[in-house]
Amino acid sequence: MTPAGLLALLPLICLGAAAVLVMLLVAVRRTYTGAAVLTLVGLGAAFLTLPFTAGANPHRLFLLMLNGYTAFYAGLLVLAAAASVLMSFSYMSNYLQNREEFFILLLLATLGATVLAASDHFATFFLGFELLSVSLYSLIAYPYMTQGHIEAAIKYLVPASVSSAFLLFGMALIYAWSGQMEISRIGFQLRSIQSHAGHQWMIAGLSMIVVAIGFKLALAPFHLWAPDVYQGAPAPVTAFIATVSKGAVVALLLRLFTPADIQTGATLFYVFSLMAAVSMIAGNLLALLQNNVKRILAYSSIAHLGYILVAFLAGGARAIDAVTFYLVTYFIATLGSFGVISALSSPGREMEDLADYRGFSRRNPWLTGVFTVMVLSLAGLPLTAGFIGKFYLALAGVGAALWTLVIILVLTSTIGLYYYLRILVALFVAAPEGLRPEPPFSYSNTFLLALLTFLLFWLGVMPTPIIALIRTMVR
Amino acid sequence: MILVWLIVIPAAGGLLSWLTQRVSPAWPKYVAFTAMAADLIVAACLAAFRPGATEFMVPWIPQFGIDFYLACDGLSLVLVLLTAFLGLMAVASAWTEIRDRTGFFYFNLLLTLSGITGVFLALDLFLFYFFWEVMLIPMYFIIALWGHENRVYASYKFFLFTQASGLLMFVAILALYFLHGQNTGHYTFNYTQLLGTRLSPAAAMLIMLGFLIAFAVKLPSIPFHSWLPDAHTEAPTAGSVILAGLLLKTGAYGILRFVLPLFATAVHHFAPVAMALGVASILYGALQAFGQRDLKRMIAYTSVSHMGFVLLGAFAWNRLALYGVVMQILCHGISTGALFILVGGLQERLHTRDIDLMGGLWAAMPRMGGAMMLFAMASLGLPGLGNFIGEFLVLLGVFEVSPVLAVLASLGFITACVYSVWIVQRTIQGPNAQEWKSPDLCGRETAVMAAMSVLILWLGLYPRPVFTAVAPYVENLRAPVVVSQALRGESP
Repeated sequence: MTPAGLLALLPLICLGAAAVLVMLLVAVRRTYTGAAVLTLVGLGAAFLTLPFTAGANPHRLFLLMLNGYTAFYAGLLVLAAAASVLMSFSYMSNYLQNREEFFILLLLATLGATVLAASDHFATFFLGFELLSVSLYSLIAYPYMTQGHIEAAIKYLVPASVSSAFLLFGMALIYAWSGQMEISRIGFQLRSIQSHAGHQWMIAGLSMIVVAIGFKLALAPFHLWAPDVYQGAPAPVTAFIATVSKGAVVALLLRLFTPADIQTGATLFYVFSLMAAVSMIAGNLLALLQNNVKRILAYSSIAHLGYILVAFLAGGARAIDAVTFYLVTYFIATLGSFGVISALSSPGREMEDLADYRGFSRRNPWLTGVFTVMVLSLAGLPLTAGFIGKFYLALAGVGAALWTLVIILVLTSTIGLYYYLRILVALFVAAPEGLRPEPPFSYSNTFLLALLTFLLFWLGVMPTPIIALIRTMVR
Repeated sequence: MILVWLIVIPAAGGLLSWLTQRVSPAWPKYVAFTAMAADLIVAACLAAFRPGATEFMVPWIPQFGIDFYLACDGLSLVLVLLTAFLGLMAVASAWTEIRDRTGFFYFNLLLTLSGITGVFLALDLFLFYFFWEVMLIPMYFIIALWGHENRVYASYKFFLFTQASGLLMFVAILALYFLHGQNTGHYTFNYTQLLGTRLSPAAAMLIMLGFLIAFAVKLPSIPFHSWLPDAHTEAPTAGSVILAGLLLKTGAYGILRFVLPLFATAVHHFAPVAMALGVASILYGALQAFGQRDLKRMIAYTSVSHMGFVLLGAFAWNRLALYGVVMQILCHGISTGALFILVGGLQERLHTRDIDLMGGLWAAMPRMGGAMMLFAMASLGLPGLGNFIGEFLVLLGVFEVSPVLAVLASLGFITACVYSVWIVQRTIQGPNAQEWKSPDLCGRETAVMAAMSVLILWLGLYPRPVFTAVAPYVENLRAPVVVSQALRGESP
């Protein structure tokens, strides 16, 4: 390995090293704050070394693709992970069992997600996929003494294992037909797929991979785990699942299918269109029936991934830009919403019923304000990042003349407004005082939520710099 | 830059009044009042010292060809003046009604006004849509938080109707953007550049409908009006004033500014349908108004009726009708705004809006009775008051195009007489069966009514400044019609 290669790998090395160091620290002395700080330092180091990855030469190293695209997505994932760490810090502070290992698992999951985003080979694909999944099983079940978490973990474990099996089988079929395991080459082979004999093996293999991806992204019809797991997982872990885990898979999805030019390959195009349409419709309709904020956000994120698929289907550079930008806005709003929820929750005492939030504006105007703007951003209303994100998606969709999907997007997101408004109404109605004790003031949460709110408005009003950044790095 | 101030002053004032709530709950209203007064002064300065068109443009998101492009011609100017004026009146009318979370209320109110001003000034289609959405959320909060009994239902309905139609317009904007880009290779949301876009007839019709439906929901026109009675009835007084006086006008403005100039040919093909809808709105709104017991709901339905004239006149598309439409927009804003303020005052005193429980209020409240009389007369189109000029000009214009529709629409004058006289008869005249004894309009309310009365009288007696201001717009707008008629081999 060359020194340049080592430099390019530094972000991944930092993440791995941080996990080891936190483990050693815990072995020497249990210090909760120390573990959290070390975790943040590790994530920070990984983030600061990303420019090396962006400028890596050669690009391909150890079955990984290291370039601006990887660096951007890795940065996004690392920052989202850092946000989850900040959320967990106050969330777990009153937990009576061992708390420090939580951060090790978060670091490992982040490492898995980053590898997934960087993978250029089926081996690294599967490695990242499994590292992420296995860490998540334990993260979901981490506060195992309290009810519901184990159940959620098992509900995640079973479909995740099945999807891993699908993924492996799909990889095997593709390898058997094409002799390829490199993702970028497979992408290019897909282009000419119709003209080759025996391409049905390739289609079958790809479909299985799509099933696995669909599961991770909670796209309908593979979304059934999402509401239960979102509800049962600790709030910071839910935030992690909703952002880091999905973001990494989106990065891989784009890498695998963008060279394939799926606009022209009819089969895959219809498969993804159908998934997008069903996700948007099912996500938004089912969210209407929920009375649990975490479940509402679960269904809403199913719908959001459906929206992302619309832009993804547009194909080409515009799709990458739009999906990436939307993902950024989705990350901010989702982290913000779950940040508020986890600021109010602790293991075993999740504040998740819509009824808990009744009249919340009078008890805590500041958290209400943050929650309101996050929800408005998810709903795609102006001044918030979500507005520009929706605009970008619709722009990509209309630009590629995906009229049916764009119309479905428009109609379902109108339906979606209804449940976002339900949250807002609950926040602002009058309610009896003192339903729950106030959460103690936490610097980490305040910092995180203030930062996210600032970013939300910044992207909503001045999106130019970030769009330029995405264009230079991701293309 | 002065145009930016017009948008920034209300928004900043709103924020400031929210913040000052911490100091004292009494402060927000003074801050809000000062901000709107400053806004009105700035708007008046604009009218006085910059009579021509004013522009302000900086790039906003250059990657997509989006500019922060504001421009103010005569049409925008009169509407901005109306916004600042009615905004000030709305703040004054909420003075004692809103006691709960005053800071947040004025924040929402002023943010709505800021968004409305933006809608009237934006000439970049993306920016226009941005402001279009900005005015929505705070309005939703105003209805949902400070409204009357059935507020949650009404606020949902308002929001979903306007948002769904807004998104439809958004898709239409994007379609126009791409078609223009494909034709010219230059992708932009700039209105002045999009003006000449060549569209196939089918595309033009579809995109035009996308815009028109959004504006028809706001206007509102049959069959998209059903959100209006609920929203207007449940909103607090200031909210109703803004809704009826300004929010509806954004729909009218959208038709005048975007639908007519951008899609001249499609508008011509669609005109019979739109004009029929206008007439239907006039008659249906009036008929519905007859049946209401809730005074606010009744006035809300009269809005449907009056705004029918706007749709009718705009699609009749000739000089007289367009002048009439602008007058109708202004005068309906003032007269209906005033009526809502009066009803709000009544509700504050009597704690009911039920028209059957009122009667004989003139004796107890002569000043309120006088004002009610005046604005009811304005609403029925009494010559000498502004509304007459608007509706009369529209009818004259429509008669040139379609005498049948003009005759049907003129029935609106009769129906307007019926409901307006009913309002007067059943509230302020007749026996005071409930033996109401209430204080008359206080000094603040009297001042509001006096200002609005002077304005409606002025518009009725000397409307020329308005015509002078909008003349460049109207005269320019006539050009594409002549062209499109010539293209189709018809005589203009």
